[in-house]
Amino acid sequence: MTLKEYSSNDKIIYHDAAIELQSVVHTYGKQSVNNNSLQFSQWKVEVGQQVFLFGDSGSGKSTLLNLLSGILAPQQGSIKLFGTEMSDLSNSARDRFRAESIGVVFQQFNLVPYLSVEKNIELAVYLAKSSKQKLAETLQELMAALKLPSSILSTPVSNLSVGQQQRVAIMRAFINAPKLLLIDEPTSALDNSAKHGFMTLLLEMCQAHNTTMIFVSHDTGLEPFFSLRTPIASFCNSHTKTVVG
Amino acid sequence: MLTSIAWHSLVSRRKTVFLTFLSLVVSISVLISVEHIRLQAKESFNRTISGVDLIVGAPSGELNLLLYSVFRMGNPTNNIDYDSFNMLKANKSVAWAIPVSLGDSHRGFRVMGTSTDYFTYFKYGNDNPLAMAAGKGFSSAFETVIGADVAKELGYKQGDNIVISHGIGSTSFVNHDQAPFTVSGILAPTGTPVDKTVHVSLAAIDAIHLPPSQLKKLLDNPDMQLPPPKSITAMMLGLNNRFATFTLQRQINNYKEDRLMAVLPGVAMTQLWQLMANVENLLQVIGYLVLLASLFGLATMLLATMNERQREIAVFRILGASPKVIVSLIILEALIISVLALLFSIGLVTLLLTLLEGWLTAEYGLFLSNNLFTIELLILSAIITTATIITALIPGLEAYKNAIHTQLSGR
Repeated sequence: MTLKEYSSNDKIIYHDAAIELQSVVHTYGKQSVNNNSLQFSQWKVEVGQQVFLFGDSGSGKSTLLNLLSGILAPQQGSIKLFGTEMSDLSNSARDRFRAESIGVVFQQFNLVPYLSVEKNIELAVYLAKSSKQKLAETLQELMAALKLPSSILSTPVSNLSVGQQQRVAIMRAFINAPKLLLIDEPTSALDNSAKHGFMTLLLEMCQAHNTTMIFVSHDTGLEPFFSLRTPIASFCNSHTKTVVG
Repeated sequence: MLTSIAWHSLVSRRKTVFLTFLSLVVSISVLISVEHIRLQAKESFNRTISGVDLIVGAPSGELNLLLYSVFRMGNPTNNIDYDSFNMLKANKSVAWAIPVSLGDSHRGFRVMGTSTDYFTYFKYGNDNPLAMAAGKGFSSAFETVIGADVAKELGYKQGDNIVISHGIGSTSFVNHDQAPFTVSGILAPTGTPVDKTVHVSLAAIDAIHLPPSQLKKLLDNPDMQLPPPKSITAMMLGLNNRFATFTLQRQINNYKEDRLMAVLPGVAMTQLWQLMANVENLLQVIGYLVLLASLFGLATMLLATMNERQREIAVFRILGASPKVIVSLIILEALIISVLALLFSIGLVTLLLTLLEGWLTAEYGLFLSNNLFTIELLILSAIITTATIITALIPGLEAYKNAIHTQLSGR
């Protein structure tokens, strides 16, 4: 079955959750000498939910994002995204799944520095192999929604302010109409008023597109924006010097 | 899309990229020039003589005989009897015979005594006969036909009087100045040693070596019948039937009346070229080593930037680029630099050849065509491209490792 068929199935099989984690274990370093391992017990996120995931640094947030985005393959257990079992996919299939269905925004360095804003967006479209015709239309919509001037398209990324960069990153994340958005501390480089504007925009966009979002942060000040809040510690255990498997 | 990204990436690092590009331009230009000069030298070498089946001279080395009779280089060891020339000319398998008598010079250009058959039968290049640019062949003892270079360099025109000196230096103390020659014809350029030769009749060679009293008599009465020459330096033979070549060669080598040696020009030319092959190979090896050094420079440049590009690679990975895409990007960058350097070098060498054409011909007698587009250039381009891809695999592998281990940390 191809990924395309998967995605078309999703619309029919509505009861599939956006994210389903089942006893996932990730081990750092060589598997034989386990120094550090993370265990994620059960966790489920429904389609269209926006989740605020919080926890201290080192609590496994980054690892979880790597696993969810398919950069890391789970060594044990199961990760299902919209009904697709990630461990069943090959490395390249996971790369394609990410390109087509997942948008990611980080604290900073979301864009290729030597390309213009437009090229950065085109790159995302190219890698997701989506059609170029739709690009212009979607781009206009997103630019309007994110309050970005059209002159920004030809600007080199290196000339943008941090706030602009983050908004461009959001635009880039939305350009392929992803089903899942993974956001990691996107506001830590922004001042308070910019933070507020950014969060409002982000949530509006998610609700407008019915996008599932995992928002990772340790900044509890952002909590009020979300109805669903999950401490990562509720399903993640860190084990040190344990022998697994 | 990837090409445009690779291009932007290169532009963003334009300083290091430009230096790497320059180093590649230098090395590729050297390689192209060496290759071009080598091919041109070989071609002009092989153009020197054509249609001659046997060269006959006094026994020495095959190469020696070839060098002095065809290339006018070095000195003849011994002469052969004129009777032997007549004998061979009368041989039923010989179609034509050209006598060659060397030993004198005119202001640094060799003088060759021969017969009018030379202008009829001698061929060069692709069976091209000699053509007159002006005038006609010599008809009397004191007329001369000069090569294109002689006319050009010394500024001679048809009808000018010239003096021939004994020996082959450009300044000789023994000038046969009692015997001035009239230029009766100038040959069209051939790109062979013929251009640098002053042709006179066999009788003239004998005449200028006569004692002064007899020479004076001859000058007063130019129609006086001269005795046939006693000896000549060498002869070129054309045969009726090529299959007779080896038989005739054996007969000549075993001839009892005179000590003769016959060589096949083709065989001797190949031997001579093989002597130069070492130099040729050496130049080629040096050229390729220079290229290799530049390609390593290219790889080093790309490798050095790998650390600072870690974030960029992370962005690519987030967007769903497979490690293969990232390696392709690195290789593409290397290819853009080296293909641009290749094109630039071709342009540069063509320009230099066009500009230096006159100087090279005048100073070194090199006839280099400025048309670089040959099969060899195509092969060379393929080699450069392949070598670039292979060396780019070094930073490519690093990028691959980077891409595989990239994790989303964003910091």
